[in-house]
Amino acid sequence: MKFHWLHFSSPATFYGLAGRMIPWFFALALVTGVVALYWGFFQTPDQLGGSNPQKEYYRIIFVHVGSAWMSMWLYLVLAAWSAFGLVFNTRLSYMMAVSVAPTGALFTALALFTGSFWGKPSWGTWWDWDPRLTSELILFFLYIGYIALHSAIDDARRADRASALIAIVGLVCVPIIFWSINCPDPNQCAALHQRSSMGSIDGNILFAMLALTFSFWMYAFATSFMRVRSIILEREAGTTWVNEQLELEAKR
Amino acid sequence: MFSTFLCILRRDITLAMRRRTDILTTLFFFVIVASLFPLGVGSEKEVLRFLGPGVVWVAALLASMLALERLFASDFADGTLEQMLLTPQPLSVLVLGKICAHWLLTGLPLVLIAPLIGLQYGLEGTQLLVMVMALLVGTPVLSLVGSIGAALTLGLRGGGILLSLLVLPLYIPVLVYGSGAVTVSAIDLADVQPFMALLGAFLILALAFSPLATAAALRISVE
Repeated sequence: MKFHWLHFSSPATFYGLAGRMIPWFFALALVTGVVALYWGFFQTPDQLGGSNPQKEYYRIIFVHVGSAWMSMWLYLVLAAWSAFGLVFNTRLSYMMAVSVAPTGALFTALALFTGSFWGKPSWGTWWDWDPRLTSELILFFLYIGYIALHSAIDDARRADRASALIAIVGLVCVPIIFWSINCPDPNQCAALHQRSSMGSIDGNILFAMLALTFSFWMYAFATSFMRVRSIILEREAGTTWVNEQLELEAKR
Repeated sequence: MFSTFLCILRRDITLAMRRRTDILTTLFFFVIVASLFPLGVGSEKEVLRFLGPGVVWVAALLASMLALERLFASDFADGTLEQMLLTPQPLSVLVLGKICAHWLLTGLPLVLIAPLIGLQYGLEGTQLLVMVMALLVGTPVLSLVGSIGAALTLGLRGGGILLSLLVLPLYIPVLVYGSGAVTVSAIDLADVQPFMALLGAFLILALAFSPLATAAALRISVE
């Protein structure tokens, strides 16, 4: 069978593919999530650091780092789908962008939330206006702005294209966030976050962190596919294939 | 191309001069917001001098954001905007003309009155000068970046609130470096340079890209 690489760019074919993939993504998210949490809780050192050690509470790192990564990555994904949509004018790209946004906003909120819970015992404050916290907050505002703009416009085509544009404009903020966290020169930045490098992290901690991030990725795939399926059904309502599909699902 | 730019600029300024209250409302909004803070936080000299730069910038941010709604609204309502989209001239040049006119009408008066607000907050000579300079470089960025949001929210219900949600996060860098410049100038005037350089960089970036983005946004909104 000759496979055409744009085969799944049609909402009708992607609907079925996404439906078949969702359980797998959920299963992977669950398995790696459980493994990562077990590893994070039981296979890692009890405390971190030298003179002023961080005790058990540092374990929030596994959720915090993973969700902070996801918050930035998903914004890139969102902007990439928006750009695809604007360039190639494919409907499915916009639908993907719209369905990624709530998951991205969720991870951003989670990163802020876990960060402030980590900050309380280690820095003695829930919130500090240092560049990284602030820029993560701005990222959250960008997600909210995207979602608000999309839902404020009734015409689906205009909503898609307008919010795609604002997503791309907001993209300028992502590098700022990334470099404000991985600050190249520690003397130039506030000292709350230190520069992180993969090599200096304890192997077990790194494993748990990466495994949980992988689990987050799978979760993000699963939820955005679920959302995109609903959007496809909503937008394509009344077409023949949707009616047939719904009849098929009703029989099962 | 330059004549197109000048034509739009002259047209918008002429139109605005026939309805001067619109310009004045923005200006007085700025003055009132800035005057509210001393009433709210108390009028100790130290506190005010400390708050001054930030308050002036936040007030400028809000004033220029509120003025944004009028950037395309009347042209959109009477169909002029549609005609502009149909002209053979590049839309981004027309947009740049409109933004420049908008800044001259709302941004520049604000820059000129800012020293007065600064005096109310007890800022000294050099600080006032730095504040005017920073506002002079910073407020055009606000108009340029804001025009993207104004074009995207054109004709939407609740457009004003939505506009603030879209535009204010993008204003934050200008706010940080603009008020940073004024705060730093109280300590050492030489430290102002990097702040001004960054504001200038923002201005160049915004000048280069935002007319294009706004033009694209207008084509999306009006079709």
